Amino acid sequence: MKRYQFKKKSRIREFLGEKLIAVTSFAAVIAILLIFVFIFKESTGIFTDPEIRQEASIDKMVFKQEYYEGRAPKWSWQPNSEVPKYSLLPLLIGTLKAALIAMLFAVPLAVGAAIYSSEFASKRMRELIKPVIEMLAGVPSVVLGFFALIVMATFMQEIFAFRFRLNAITAGIALGIAVIPIIFTIAEDAMTSVPASLRDAATALGANSWQVSFTMVLPAAIPGIAAGAVLGFGRAIGETMIVLMASGNAAIISASLTDSMRTFSATIAAELAEVVFGGAHYNVLFFIGTLLFIFTFVVNLGGDMVLTRLKEKIQGKQQ
Amino acid sequence: MKTATADLTAAAVGDAYTFKPRDSGLVPRGLTLAATAMIIAILAVIMLNVIWQGFGTISWDFLSSPPEQGMEAGGIFPAIFGTVALVVLMTICVVPVGVLTAVYLHEYTRPDSRITRIIRVAINNLAGIPSIVFGLFGLGFFVGFVGVGIDSVLFADQGPLWGQPAIIWASLTMALLTLPVVIISTEEALRSIPQELKDASLALGATKLQTIGRIILPQAMPGILTGAILAVSRGAGEVAPIMFTGAAYYLPYLPHKLNDQFMELGYHVYVMATQSPDVEKTKPILYGTVLVLLVLTFLLNLVAVVIRSRIRMKRVRQ
Repeated sequence: MKRYQFKKKSRIREFLGEKLIAVTSFAAVIAILLIFVFIFKESTGIFTDPEIRQEASIDKMVFKQEYYEGRAPKWSWQPNSEVPKYSLLPLLIGTLKAALIAMLFAVPLAVGAAIYSSEFASKRMRELIKPVIEMLAGVPSVVLGFFALIVMATFMQEIFAFRFRLNAITAGIALGIAVIPIIFTIAEDAMTSVPASLRDAATALGANSWQVSFTMVLPAAIPGIAAGAVLGFGRAIGETMIVLMASGNAAIISASLTDSMRTFSATIAAELAEVVFGGAHYNVLFFIGTLLFIFTFVVNLGGDMVLTRLKEKIQGKQQ
Repeated sequence: MKTATADLTAAAVGDAYTFKPRDSGLVPRGLTLAATAMIIAILAVIMLNVIWQGFGTISWDFLSSPPEQGMEAGGIFPAIFGTVALVVLMTICVVPVGVLTAVYLHEYTRPDSRITRIIRVAINNLAGIPSIVFGLFGLGFFVGFVGVGIDSVLFADQGPLWGQPAIIWASLTMALLTLPVVIISTEEALRSIPQELKDASLALGATKLQTIGRIILPQAMPGILTGAILAVSRGAGEVAPIMFTGAAYYLPYLPHKLNDQFMELGYHVYVMATQSPDVEKTKPILYGTVLVLLVLTFLLNLVAVVIRSRIRMKRVRQ
C-alpha cells in the first residue's frame, strides 16, 4: 500500500516541475534557431568583409568570372589555386546530377515495393518486407559509401566500361539505395491510411482487388507518394558520406553522367578540415551549409504540410 | 470533409463500370513484386558481401588491439572504444531532454495548440537537416563559440583546452541529431498508456508531477529504451557530424577526458577506404571494421524492433 500514499502536495514543486519540462521541450526549437544563426553567422564575411568579398562575393559565386587576363571567363571551383575560384555552379550541377539519378533509381523501386506491400502482399510477405526496409534504413551511410567505392564501382565499370571508375551514376545509385527506405515508408503509410470504407465501396461496385488498388487507393494516396519522393530528394541533396566516397569529387561542369562529380555536401566534408578559420574559403563553406539548411528546411516543411492535409482529407477529419 | 470522400468514390464509380471482369492484374502485381524483390536483393548482396569478406578478419586480437603499420595491420580497439564512449555521452545528453519534450507534448499541451505545433515543426525539421550541417554547427557553435568561450574566460593563458575538436563536442552534436528519434518513440509509448491509469493516480490524490514520475514514466520505460537504442544505432553510424568536432584519424592513446579527441568506427571506415596508400593491403581490416559496425547497428535495431513490437501488442490487447 505504501506506493499509493503520496506526500503532501507542494504547489511550488508542481509549478517548477512544469516550467522545467516546458523549457526543456523547447530544446528542439532552440536547436533549429541556433543551427541557422551560427551557420549563417560564420558565412556573413561574404556580405560584409571587403577582403573576403574580393575573393568570394555572391556575384563571384554565381556569375562567370575572368580569372586570368586574356582568357575566356568561366565558372570554376578551385579554392586552393593561386587565384582562388569560388563558383558554385559546378557543385550545383554535381549535386543535382547525383540526386536526380538517385531519384530515378529509388522512386520506382520504393513506390513499387510500397504498392506491393500495402495492396498485394500476404501477411507473411509483409512481415518480411517491413524488417528488410528497416534494416536497409539502419545501414550507416558510410557503409553504403564504402560498398559503392570498393565493390559497386569496380563491378559497374567492368559491365559498362565507364572511363572513370567513380562517376555520377555509381554515386547516384548508392545514394538511391540510401533514400529507398524514406520513400517506401511514407508512400506505404499514405496508402494504408486510405480508409477501408473507400475500398469497400469500390469492391461493392464490382472492382477486383487490384482494380481497387489502382482506381481507388493509388489516386487517393498520390499526394502522399509525391511527398515521399520530395522528402527523399531532400535527403539525397544533403547526404554526405556516400557522395564523398563514391563520386570521384571532381568539381567540373559536365552534363555527362559518366564523369566524376562533386556535390555541395561532399565539398564541405572534404575541404573544411584544411581551411583557415574565418577566411574566405571558410565563409564560403558555411554559406553552402546555409543553402543546404534552407533547402532542406523548405522541403521538409512542404512535405509535412502535404502529408498532414492528405491524412485529414482521406480520413475525413475536419480541422 | 464529406465532399472529398464523395469525389473519390465518384471517380471509382465512373471507372468501375469499365472494369473488364477477367482482368486479373497480373502485370501490376508482377512489376511491384519485382521492385520488392530487387530491394531485398540489394540488402542481401551488401550483407553477404560484407559478411563473406569480413568474417575471416574477426578475431579477439582484431577486436582488442590497436592499429599498426599505418592501419595495414593490427586491430580496431580504439575505434570501438571511441564509438562506445561517444554514444554513451550522447545518450546521457539526449535521453532526458527527449523524454521531457515528449512528456510535455503529450501530458501538458493540447495537440492542436500553437506551442505544440511549433515544437512539432521544429522536431520534424531537425530530423531532416543534413548531417553535414550538424557537423558545421558543431564546429561553429560548440567548438568555436562555447569551447573558445570557456577557454577565454577560465583558462586565458593555457592555450586551447576546450576550444578544439573533442569528444564532448562530438557527443553534443550527435545528441542534437538524434533528439527527434528519442522524442518520437517516447511519444509512441506515452500514447499506449491507458487514460484510466492516469485518472486512477490522480483520483488517489497524486499531483500531475507525481503521476508522471511514478506512473507514466515507469510504464513508458520500454518506449524510452527503444528510443535510446535507436538513437545509439543512428549515432554509431553517422560520420559527417563528428568529422570536424572530435574524431581523429589515429590516436596512440584512448580518450580519458571530455576534451580528448577519439577514434570512431564509421570514421575509421571512411579513412581506411579513402586515404589508405594501399587499399588492397588494408582491405581485410576494412571489411572487418565494416562488419563490426554493421553487426553493432543491426543488433541495436533488432533489439529496438522487438521491444517496440511488444509495446504495440500490449496496446492492441487493451
